[in-house]
Amino acid sequence: MSKPLDPASWNIETSLPKLSALTMSDELETLAEQRPDIVVLTADLATSNGLVNFQNRFPQRFINTGIAEQNMMSVAAGLAASGFTPYVSTFASFASLLCAEQLRTDLAYTGMKVRILAHHAGISMGFYGTSHHAVEDLAITRAMGKMTVVSAADGNAIRGLLRATLDVAGPVYMRIGRGAEKTVYPQVPEFSHGKFVTLREGSDATLIATGICTRAALDAAEILAAEGLQVRVLDAVYIKPLDVEAVVAAARDTGAILTVEEHNPHGGLGGAVAEVLAEAGVATRFRRHALPDDYALVAPPTHLYRHYGLTGEGVAAKLRELLA
Amino acid sequence: MTNDNSLLARNREPDLRTLEKRADWIRLETIRLVEIARSGHYSSVFSCAEMFAALYYHVLRLKPGEPNWPQRDRFLLGKGHAAIGQYPVLADLGYFPSDWLDTYTRLGSALGDHPDMNKVPGIDFSSGSIGHNLSVGVGMALAARLHASDYNTWVMLGDGELNEGQVWEAAMAAAHYKLDNLIAIVDANGMGLDGTVESVMNIEPIAEKFAAFGWSTDEIDGHNMGAVVSAFERAADADRPHLIIARTRKGKGVRFMEETPFWHLGYLGPEDKAIAIAEIEARMNP
Repeated sequence: MSKPLDPASWNIETSLPKLSALTMSDELETLAEQRPDIVVLTADLATSNGLVNFQNRFPQRFINTGIAEQNMMSVAAGLAASGFTPYVSTFASFASLLCAEQLRTDLAYTGMKVRILAHHAGISMGFYGTSHHAVEDLAITRAMGKMTVVSAADGNAIRGLLRATLDVAGPVYMRIGRGAEKTVYPQVPEFSHGKFVTLREGSDATLIATGICTRAALDAAEILAAEGLQVRVLDAVYIKPLDVEAVVAAARDTGAILTVEEHNPHGGLGGAVAEVLAEAGVATRFRRHALPDDYALVAPPTHLYRHYGLTGEGVAAKLRELLA
Repeated sequence: MTNDNSLLARNREPDLRTLEKRADWIRLETIRLVEIARSGHYSSVFSCAEMFAALYYHVLRLKPGEPNWPQRDRFLLGKGHAAIGQYPVLADLGYFPSDWLDTYTRLGSALGDHPDMNKVPGIDFSSGSIGHNLSVGVGMALAARLHASDYNTWVMLGDGELNEGQVWEAAMAAAHYKLDNLIAIVDANGMGLDGTVESVMNIEPIAEKFAAFGWSTDEIDGHNMGAVVSAFERAADADRPHLIIARTRKGKGVRFMEETPFWHLGYLGPEDKAIAIAEIEARMNP
């Protein structure tokens, strides 16, 4: 930098340290110290997702494919077939939609040990619009055999998931936000494969949330506690395999379930929970709180979350409706 | 033919006549297997039969008794629909029992129209969706470099496959990363399912396109065994990613199949099958 920037100015490089919840690079650098099989790929987004730090530390184990995401996925397949464990990262919209076939045919069908770090998921790209929103990714990846699907609520959850999935066989799709998520986990949690995390106990209703919506669910539970309602909050860290026991227990124990997700209403967390409930034959009040079956408006992300009710207040209002 | 599990003698002087007979044997085996499924890609194998024979019986560094031997050369079949011609070779080399061939496409068989790396020993990567495997080959070539291994990665593509955009993403990456251990072969038989590649979506000039991307290129008659063998031997010395354009004829080796474009997929009834076999056998045993 030739001169210090005006405090009001910012660019991609100066904004990166502010995205404190984008912890992948830091965690992968630690893991890569012990695991020589780890390599990292991105498609011209290293400065956006922070993996530029990994690149600086392990230049030989970092591969930038340029803006060629489909090639990147298949290159990762070739590396995995040759004994490496590639961590592939790009925007969730490109990872899940543009590369759906490479994920299915080259990574999942073949059982390649590749981790897809799908960041800026949901509508977290705000006013960049529908091309950059990923609100179908859970439905797409969940329908792929051999694919594990996980979703991180904050920066510590990313770290916890990178550790928990280190030795999972086959590909893992990891849904990640934009790095500005508020804290859900003060420390790095130890996740168990296929298990939700009970963040708050309660017997009047259950909120099952995932990703950035988990913070909103916790805030909603707080609001409703002041109104005398004890709400259980489950973080759906694993979307596939899904924690069937936790879903059934929530229905039996609390008699009311609201799922909360930054996704199209079809095929995501809500759909997965509904499948479990229907097959288990447990009677419960149930509703999905998701985005409309449409394309989101453009706005700054926080404005969008308020607009679509994916905030503490918004989730609390939906749960009140369900319980009314 | 051979069930020798030892390292194939790739540096041995090739017996071109033996390799030519093996190519025709691949054609005969393809006809035999299509009979089981009553549907198959005869002509897509016929165009690359000489190259299959040269690769597996002379060029590739392999240990059939150890399919996952880390130092083996990799061979990826981007045009996965030609796997029906690869399976008999793999069985012949001892990768799996020959009676697996009799199950081709039947319920539960390891052998389908497109190759599955998790079911078929000797298949280095699954394929079937045209256009992916050059990228996979880039990954394997990068892996060789990271492992400081000296194996080569070979990828056979169809010329119609070059219509896929991902091929050019991979071509770009191979040159960017200076992958001198990656060799692509285009089986340029000039035909797709709907007709000539030239009329459906012209991809020529192939050599100039790859050269512009930073590859070295070579162009040969893919049915001239001497030319095939020497081009494959030259390829190993390339100082950058290397492309061999093999000019071939779809349906090569059976005259009536060469004459129509529509044998991309099909089935030979008993009379036509007998004519085809007789023509091939006459060439093998004149």
